[in-house]
Amino acid sequence: MSTIVVYLEQKGNELKRSSLEAITAALGVTGSTVIGLLVGGDAPSVQLAGEYGLKECAVANHDLLQAYSSTAVSATIAEFAKSVGATSVFFGATAAGKEISPRVSVKLNAGFVPDCVALEANSGSIVASRPVYAGKAKINMAVTTTVGVYSLRPNVFTARKVDNPTAVSVREFTPTLSAHDCRMKVTNVLRNEGKLDVSEADIIVSGGRGMKGAENFHLVESLGKVLGAAVGASRAVVDAGWRPHGEQVGQTGKTVSPNLYIACGISGAVQHLAGMSSSKVIVAINKDKDAPIFKVADYGIVGDVFDVLPKLTAKLTH
Amino acid sequence: MNILVCISQVPDTTTKVAVGTDGKTIEKTGVKFILNPYDEFTIEEGLRLREKFGGSVTALTVGGDTAKEILRTALAMGVDKAVFVKDDNREDSYSVAVNIAEVAKSMQPDVVVLGRQSIDYDSFAMASMVGELLDMPSISVVSKWNIEGNTVIAERDIEGGKEVVETTLPCVISAQKGLNDPRYPKLPDIMKAKSKPIEERTGVASSSRVQTFSMELPQSKRVGKILGDTDTDISELVRLLHEEAKVI
Ligand SMILES: Cc1cc2nc3c(=O)[nH]c(=O)nc-3n(C[C@H](O)[C@H](O)[C@H](O)COP(=O)(O)OP(=O)(O)OC[C@H]3O[C@@H](n4cnc5c(N)ncnc54)[C@H](O)[C@@H]3O)c2cc1C
Ligand SMILES: Nc1ncnc2c1ncn2[C@@H]1O[C@H](COP(=O)(O)O)[C@@H](O)[C@H]1O
Repeated sequence: MSTIVVYLEQKGNELKRSSLEAITAALGVTGSTVIGLLVGGDAPSVQLAGEYGLKECAVANHDLLQAYSSTAVSATIAEFAKSVGATSVFFGATAAGKEISPRVSVKLNAGFVPDCVALEANSGSIVASRPVYAGKAKINMAVTTTVGVYSLRPNVFTARKVDNPTAVSVREFTPTLSAHDCRMKVTNVLRNEGKLDVSEADIIVSGGRGMKGAENFHLVESLGKVLGAAVGASRAVVDAGWRPHGEQVGQTGKTVSPNLYIACGISGAVQHLAGMSSSKVIVAINKDKDAPIFKVADYGIVGDVFDVLPKLTAKLTH
Repeated sequence: MNILVCISQVPDTTTKVAVGTDGKTIEKTGVKFILNPYDEFTIEEGLRLREKFGGSVTALTVGGDTAKEILRTALAMGVDKAVFVKDDNREDSYSVAVNIAEVAKSMQPDVVVLGRQSIDYDSFAMASMVGELLDMPSISVVSKWNIEGNTVIAERDIEGGKEVVETTLPCVISAQKGLNDPRYPKLPDIMKAKSKPIEERTGVASSSRVQTFSMELPQSKRVGKILGDTDTDISELVRLLHEEAKVI
């Protein structure tokens, strides 16, 4: 019998979708008990997790958890995992998940598998697949330890609602924290106001050097607007100063897996593909029919972005 | 200030990956190995800390024999000392972290700088693991920071913005692109670096906590419908996105 603890992360007062995805993935490991853990968050939000099949959840509270501290959160998760005899701990591979999951693995003497894109439970143990070499290869691996820590690439696993949800039974957990566990804390969060971030968007419209200049990105933005999409960019465009670094998709930018990725005037260099090849559906618009981006595209338009983008935007507006 | 910078050697980003004969790792023949691109920021940050606070910078890499080359690059850029720990086990971040921590314990650094990710296994794990093993705070993906006295204030990239994190020295950070503008080593410095000493240490053997069964190349399952640019084609794309892909 295995016990999987899923670290639940919130955005504002709501559970992040990556946490719901982790719940579905954990429930897919047959024969396991799945327990959610919310650290210093808002308990009512966990009821949503019930719709996704979570039955049990703990909410950790402590005076020292008032301000977010990755060291304190890691200590709390590890202590909780030990207290329930967890065999696995699941995280979403979000900015926070990526920072705390390795710490938790060290605390639990656990093998660590980051950025999983598939999990398969084989006779009680988990075999995980993860991309390596910028997605140019994938390795299938397992931990050799009693406990395993896994982070799951966001938007690759589907969060699935269950047919007969029950209310989540919520209990409190009080970790034994000391000031030493809280030597670092977040004092402020600077949000890019009003802009949807590529790492959180369901749809991304990205522009590359084919857009020819910063002044033409309104074409990408307009298409993004009708689709409710975030705007992304290739490195060539960021290096040229046409777009901010926060929009860069790729090996040295952000890794994204939206439901729809539209690449406009992007050639499809391996380093770009590294950041977006796990997108569900990829559309490429490029005037060069031999551009490598078409090899990973589900749908392609061979054409000039200056001609195609306004037309596509207009058709989608109606 | 006692500064430790950790750097890794990775295949050149343009490498065509093929699965090696063991079926678990890449075929290394013909592959050009380079300094992990993020670790250019790592080394540069170490040098800038020294310029600001004085002290010395030690560069460390854990890897196979060829990894010594990147220590030459670090020496050419200006680090004071280079340490090489031989350990070929790169599949498990933990065993690398243990080796880094072992060296760190012997030198008591005020700051350990690493890169955001090593572009071979893209683990994003080392800063947190090393921090935990050294019982130090760590801040990952730092794009800007400032040390005043004992206080560290750093900005790290998160979804849709930045987090401002406050902590104290000694601490571990991982460098994000934009943290600095790495210098290029000058030819005379490259020449001089060739004869500088590299301290070799034997790695601590820690049994691997993960096991790789197989490596495979991704198979594209993409539909691959390529259309033209006429009005009809664009309408067809819209229809496909609605009805076939069902993504809008
Ligand atoms: C270490 C390293 C890390 C890197 N990391 C990243 C990364 O994170 N992200 C990233 O994106 N890149 C990264 N790169 C850079 C990458 O190798 C490419 O240089 C970059 O992705 C190219 O950007 P691009 O596709 O916009 O430009 P180009 O390669 O110049 O392609 C422009 C494309 O636009 C098309 N085009 C031109 N005009 C039009 C038109 N009017 N209409 C339609 N199509 C048109 C052209 O046919 C061409 O295919 C990295 C490189 C290195 C070495
Ligand atoms: N073998 C290694 N030797 C020294 N430092 C390393 C090694 N592997 C990774 N690092 C450091 O850890 C950072 C992040 O790597 P990773 O967590 O493996 O993605 C790199 O940018 C390096 O600074």
